[in-house]
Parts: sequence; C-alpha cells; structure tokens
Amino acid sequence: MHFRLNPRTVPTESRGPSTADHSRFEELQGPFASGPEVTRACLSCHNEAGHQVMKTLHWTWEYTNPETGQKLGKKTLVNNFCTNARGNEGMCAQCHAGYGWKDESFDFGNADNIDCLVCHDRTGTYYRMPNSRGNDACAIMFDDKGPIDWPAVAQSVGLPGRENCGSCHFYGGGGDGVKHGDLDSSLVHADRSLDVHMDDEGADFACTVCHVSTEHQLAGSRYQMHARDTGGTGRPGLRRGVATCESCHGDAPHPMDSLQGMKLNGHVDRVACQTCHIPAIARGGVATLVDWDWRTAGRLRNGEGYKEHDYIQGNGEERATYKSIKGDFTYTENRAPDYAWFDGQMRYTTIDTHFDPADQPIPINSFSGAPDDPAARIWPFKRVDTFQPYDKGNNTLVYMHLWGDDKDAYWGNYDFGRAIAAGMRSNGKPYSGEYGFIETESWWPITHMVAPAEDALGCGECHAREGRLASLTGFYMPGRGDTPTLDRIGLLALALAALGMAGHVLLRLLVARRRRGS
Amino acid sequence: MITRSVRIFSRFERFWHWSQMALIATLAFTGFAIHGLHRLVHFDAAVYLHTGAALGLVVLWLFAIFWHLTTGTWRHYLPTSKGLWRIARYYAWGNLRGEPHPYRKAWRRKHNPLQALAYLVLKLFLFPLIWVTGIAYLTYDLWAGAGAGNGTLTLVAVLHTAAAFAIVLFVMLHVYLLTVGGHFLGHVAPMVTGFEEVELTPAEAAYLEESEGGAIRSEGG
Repeated sequence: MHFRLNPRTVPTESRGPSTADHSRFEELQGPFASGPEVTRACLSCHNEAGHQVMKTLHWTWEYTNPETGQKLGKKTLVNNFCTNARGNEGMCAQCHAGYGWKDESFDFGNADNIDCLVCHDRTGTYYRMPNSRGNDACAIMFDDKGPIDWPAVAQSVGLPGRENCGSCHFYGGGGDGVKHGDLDSSLVHADRSLDVHMDDEGADFACTVCHVSTEHQLAGSRYQMHARDTGGTGRPGLRRGVATCESCHGDAPHPMDSLQGMKLNGHVDRVACQTCHIPAIARGGVATLVDWDWRTAGRLRNGEGYKEHDYIQGNGEERATYKSIKGDFTYTENRAPDYAWFDGQMRYTTIDTHFDPADQPIPINSFSGAPDDPAARIWPFKRVDTFQPYDKGNNTLVYMHLWGDDKDAYWGNYDFGRAIAAGMRSNGKPYSGEYGFIETESWWPITHMVAPAEDALGCGECHAREGRLASLTGFYMPGRGDTPTLDRIGLLALALAALGMAGHVLLRLLVARRRRGS
Repeated sequence: MITRSVRIFSRFERFWHWSQMALIATLAFTGFAIHGLHRLVHFDAAVYLHTGAALGLVVLWLFAIFWHLTTGTWRHYLPTSKGLWRIARYYAWGNLRGEPHPYRKAWRRKHNPLQALAYLVLKLFLFPLIWVTGIAYLTYDLWAGAGAGNGTLTLVAVLHTAAAFAIVLFVMLHVYLLTVGGHFLGHVAPMVTGFEEVELTPAEAAYLEESEGGAIRSEGG
C-alpha cells in the first residue's frame, strides 16, 4: 500500500480471532465498482462508524489546540517538507481517510466518502492513488498497479495492522521514513532490536495496542503530548485513553530491588522514557531526512526535471538526494536524537504568523519546558532544517501550489513565484509578490523504535562532559562538571597544598644540610 | 615518669582507622568521578561504589560512635589550649631546626593538642557537612518534587563537593605530617601494631602491668 512504488506488503498478524467472519457477509460479496460502494456496505452494519470517523483528525485534518487556541491540522499547517497540503490535496490527500478530496468541493459531510479500507484492509493489497492528475513531471512517480479486488479487500477487514497505519504514517514528508525518524517501513516487520514491542517474533504490537481508541478516536497526539504522565497504569481494569509508556509500565517502571532500579526510577519525573530507551533513530535500515534545501529546486537537464540518487540506506535501497521538483535532501540513519526540555505543548508558526527574518531559523513548531517546570521532561527529538520559500514582503510562510495538471503548479513549471502566487490566492492569503528563502526548523518528538532494555542508554552517555545532554544547561547534573568555579578553587587548594609540602620538604632538606655542614 | 611501650590503639580503633581510610579513599575516587572530575571509572559503577561505600561508612561510624562513648575515648578529642602554642611553633620552625617533638604521648592523651583540635574540627564540621549533604544527595528523589529542588540540589552538590575537597586536603596534611618530627613508618607503626612509647607515671605503669597485662610490654621487651 505504498504510494510511490507500491511494493507488495505482507500484512502483520491479526490480533486474535474476530467474532465475525466478514467473508461470509452477504453485503460484502460485491460486486463493487469503487471504494465508496464498499463503504456503504460497511456502514450498512456499522451504522455509527461513519459519524465517529467524521469527527476524527483522520477525516477533518483540523485541530484546534485547546490550550493555545491555535488552529492546526494538515488542512492549515505549513511544514518544512513539501510545505503545505492545503491546495495540493489532489496529491497529499492520498493520506486523507476519504475518497476523492482534490479541492474545495470535497464533501466532508458525506459518509460514503470515508475510506474504511485504508485502515481495515488485512490483505495488504489495497492501495491508494492521487485524487487528481499532476503534471507530466510527476507522472513517473506512480507504477501501474492492477485493479483492486474490492470484494477480497472488503471481506478481509479487521483491526488495523502496522502496515495499515504505516501506509501513511511511515511515509510522511514525501517518502519512507522522511518525516519522523522513528516511523518507517522497517517497522512493518520489525525485529526485537529495532522495536521491542513491535517485534514480529515477540510482542508483535499493532499500533493500536498503545494508541488505544474509542469511537475511532485514537490516543496519542503530537500537537498536545503527555510529556509527563503521572497517571501511571490507572485503576485496575480501567484502561486510560492515552498512548503513554506509563499507561502500561506505571510511573515507577524499573524494579525497586536494586540501587540501580531506584536510581532509574528517580529519573522518571525529569527524563522521558524515550530518552534512554530510544538510543538512536532510523535504526531499521531506512534513512530519515534531516535537511531539505528548496533553494536548489528547479534545475533542469534538457528542459526536464531529474533526480540524483547519491545515498544508499541500510537496507540497500537508493534514496534521492536531489529532485528538481523539491531540491536537495540530506539523510541520516542510526543517529542519536537531539534532546530538549518539553512540556508537551506544541506551538506552530502558521501561515498567519508574521516573523522577523533576522530570527532564522524560524521554528515551524516550538515548545517550552524547563528544568523547573514540573510538566516538562527531557525528550528526544529529530530536528529537520530546511530552506524554504517565504513571503519576503509580508514575512510569512507561504502556501505553494505544487500539484496539479495546470500551468501554475511548481511541479511542472518550476516557477516558485507563480506557484506561491497561485497557492496564496486560491486560499485567500495575502502575498506581497516577492518571495525569498528562509531557514526553518521543525522538531519531531521521538517515541517509537523502542530498544530492548539491554540496549538502553548507559548512565555515562549523559552523565559525562560532552555527553548527550551537554546542550541542556541551567541545572545541576552529576558527571558533567557542572560547578566549574568550585572545581577550580578545590583543585587549586589541593595543588597549593602539594606545592607547600614540596617547598617544606625542600626547606627541611636545606636546613638539614646546613646543620650537617656547620 | 617512665617510658614504656603501651598499646594506645585498640584493635577496634585500628580496624576503624584503616577501614575508614579505605572507604574514604573509595568515596573520594568515585565521588570525584560522579562529579565529573575524572573518567577513570564508569559513572554507574562509581555511583554504586560510592553509595555502597557511604552506607558501609555509616555502619562503621555507628560502631565507632558507640565505641567512643562507651569507652570514654571521646575525651582524647577534647580541645585544650595547654601546649597548643608550643606545638604550633614546633610545626612552624622547630622541626626545621631538628628540635625534638615537644609532645610526649600520654596514655590518657594520645593526640597532641593541635592534632586533637584538627581531628575535632574534622569530626564536628567536615564529616557532618559531608554526611548531611551526602544523605540529602542520596535521597534527592524523596524530597525534591518534580521540577522543584534542583536549586537545592545544586547547593547540596556544591557543599558536598567542597567538603570533599577539604577532606582530601586534610588527608594530604595528615599524611605529610607523618614525615615531620620522626620517620614516616615510625609514625604509622602504632596504628598497625597498636603499641607506642608513652610516658607513664609509675602508678599508670603499675596499673597497666597489674590489670591490663597485654596492653603494656615488659621493660626492654
């Protein structure tokens, strides 16, 4: 179910037997000519599912942060990958849980438009294509696929496996592993060292084991995270609607039968579980993007766009390091994350935010958190640094019209000015008419690819001079030499004492010699 | 006055001294590693050793305090100004001129006044300081609420480390002074064998010979 090359996916194991064998339902025998016809069949029995799904982020792509009041969600936000889904839904809404969103005309009130199969197909053969045509520059991106066997996928439905969620979440940012660093196709069939929970041979968790759901609402949000969960496992028999480690492991997860366990539990209030238990990101042989440079986009050979593949990732596959339609990419694998105090509250630079270009890099998302903030803990992050177009006159980010079979689409005309003007105009945003490039950074909290306990970070990784937390200052932490003045005074005192003694010895020898001489 | 070889350091006292030395050396070595002054031992190993040695020293101290109180040995540390000036003068220049050490160990007073004062300061100020801060440090997770307490921890760590520097300084002087006014080994020997030449009144000598037979060596023996 991949969007670019669509390799065949071997689905993960189903999570226990169902009380219903969907292949025997008359409603699902077909024939079906399209996705919405399957959806109608699903909803004829699951008569609340449609209403439920239409309230979720997977459907609305809209989220208003109750704390900051900021309007977020893919419908609105500007990121520092392909920059904006808005206005490019014909391409980007491949990952919308619905059929046919290509422009403003999409009907968010029609339950038939819901795509049940993208989450519930268990054959591994279901796939989606862009909702509208792009320019010829993008035509090569999609392999020919055989038609979907609608009755087969409809009858296969079950609870989502990793490949279902992963068909979108592993490919965010424009390709396998690009966006997150801790989410990529290697997790479809993970081994123990890659993720102790998703290990095919071990616990084999589906995403929804942690991201528990009620009425199709899934727990776990990076707009508003539980940076510090003090709720623990909750009361016996009562599941908490959160995706935190603590909701299963409790808030004192290390065995208290040793000094080590006690000391580790002493960290829980200040250090996120992920910080020690995810020693490195992109460990599964799939690279993640850390640097994107739009400034170099638009180079042509013989009047045509091209790609360079100068990176071979751990699993042997080539990755594009340059695309005319996107610019230059820098990848990383198996790398230590960045660390920061994080209180769970993400603030975004939106299309409406005016910034001062002197403050580069502009944070696409930022957060607060400090050593003395009880809600904050030290979290691992993947940081993405990008040079991307902005409105030089208004000092705002921009919506670009990238996708479309028209003359304004950047992926075809390679003309930023025109693509930005079109993107801003069609979404009713002011544009000064002059664009430039600005450096931005985005911060992606790391929480997947949890290593087995024996691979967790040792104490000395952080408790050391130039350790992993060297950049976090303003609090005392042993092992870093955090009291340099005291240390200098102390060592100086010891040195002076040693010097004094040496002098005294010398004096004694001199006096003794003189006495012997006299 | 007669001079006799008397056991001035009992077996427990010697055990206390040397095990305390080993524990303090371990604590200093691992403590400075934890603080970040050296990396000769892994951080986690240093933490476990440091904590273990500290707990060991607590137990040793409980015994030592009990021993001092019940045997009356604590009186050896009572400060006195009597002879203090002479001792200070000796360490300042008398020893350079090869003068004999002005202090004669007495059976009831085995430390010279300066020495007793130094040990008293160590036991009344430095050791309590490092104990209080060390226990506060060890139990940090129990008293510091999340987000609060790091400022206090900084203070605790600074005092703990400062006390550690002071104790190392003490140990350096302590060892160095063993070379002053006699031979190093000669000064160390009593803490190994327990016996040292001590001036006794005839009455003390008679008492020791009569009642504490093992604690005094026969004349010329």
